[in-house]
Amino acid sequence: MPRLARAREDRMGLLTELKDSISRAASTLFSEQDPKRIGIYGPPNAGKTTLANRIARDWTGDAVGPESPIPHETRRARRKENVEIERDGKSVQIDIVDTPGVTTKVDYTEFLDHDMEKDDAVRRSREATEGVAEAMHWLREDVDGVIYVLDSTKDPFTQVNTMLIGIIESQDLPVLIFANKIDLEDSNVQRIRNAFPQHETVPLSALEGDNMDEVYDKIAEYFG
Amino acid sequence: MAEIKQPGEGVQIDLISAKRMNGLASMEKIRMILDGVRDGNIVVLEEGLTPDEESKLIEVTMTEISPDEFNGIEIETYPRSEAADQSFLDRLMGRESTKKLTVIGPANQIETLHKDETLISALVSRK
Repeated sequence: MPRLARAREDRMGLLTELKDSISRAASTLFSEQDPKRIGIYGPPNAGKTTLANRIARDWTGDAVGPESPIPHETRRARRKENVEIERDGKSVQIDIVDTPGVTTKVDYTEFLDHDMEKDDAVRRSREATEGVAEAMHWLREDVDGVIYVLDSTKDPFTQVNTMLIGIIESQDLPVLIFANKIDLEDSNVQRIRNAFPQHETVPLSALEGDNMDEVYDKIAEYFG
Repeated sequence: MAEIKQPGEGVQIDLISAKRMNGLASMEKIRMILDGVRDGNIVVLEEGLTPDEESKLIEVTMTEISPDEFNGIEIETYPRSEAADQSFLDRLMGRESTKKLTVIGPANQIETLHKDETLISALVSRK
């Protein structure tokens, strides 16, 4: 190939490369936002995993993790990625992070009441403490929004709830409070509304699937 | 904190002023609280901790829990957080309103009997 033609071709190649890299940069810049990571927080046994499983099963067909009446069943934060929730013709993509129940104390002897051997109870309590520390870390660094799950049959005026809501507020994270277990007779959603009047409270039963339409409307509204 | 009690004599209560806490870094505050609590003392903070410090206190407490030795802490402050009433600028400038009396003790020695927006009633027992 004559030298002039080759130089011209080289220039064209450079131009094409430049055009490609600009278009790649633009597509990264203007591509759809990454899914928001929504942490499901709350005290032990509020029904966080039941809720995470309900959301995951409704929109992806898979579960997130095992549910259990024994406290601290979830001892590692578990993430379900790319959960696409469709509301009013629009779709909202989120990653659900199911976190271990937060507490300030873990006593292995409490697990002995659940027919557990001492070695198992000690191991479970150790894993639980690591899980709580991990959950706190996620809250400070790695979530974009919070669903705070409370058992509506229990008193919401606990120190853990007060502190966690305060921590979430101090991080300026959007938060929805879910008053779970409304299928139970002792459920009292108003008590939760009174405890945290500055936040929206949504009643539901994650186990029975009650009021899930409003749950998904609110998730789309707050985290979409 | 000066150790003045004899074992079995009673429960030591440390009332820590805001002035003393203000001179400390977050981890120094957490260390001071946990050292006191692990000795079996009840620690009362005149002005409490920031939400970020509370979060770290929970995290560090969890790493120190050990079977048959330390079960963790009981901590009590008044329920209504003031953070929601603050503007973003206030928080950005560090004008965080965290002035809330806080009581912290070993989980196996302090039990909350009643708590509402204006009253914390707790039962403290010896080890």
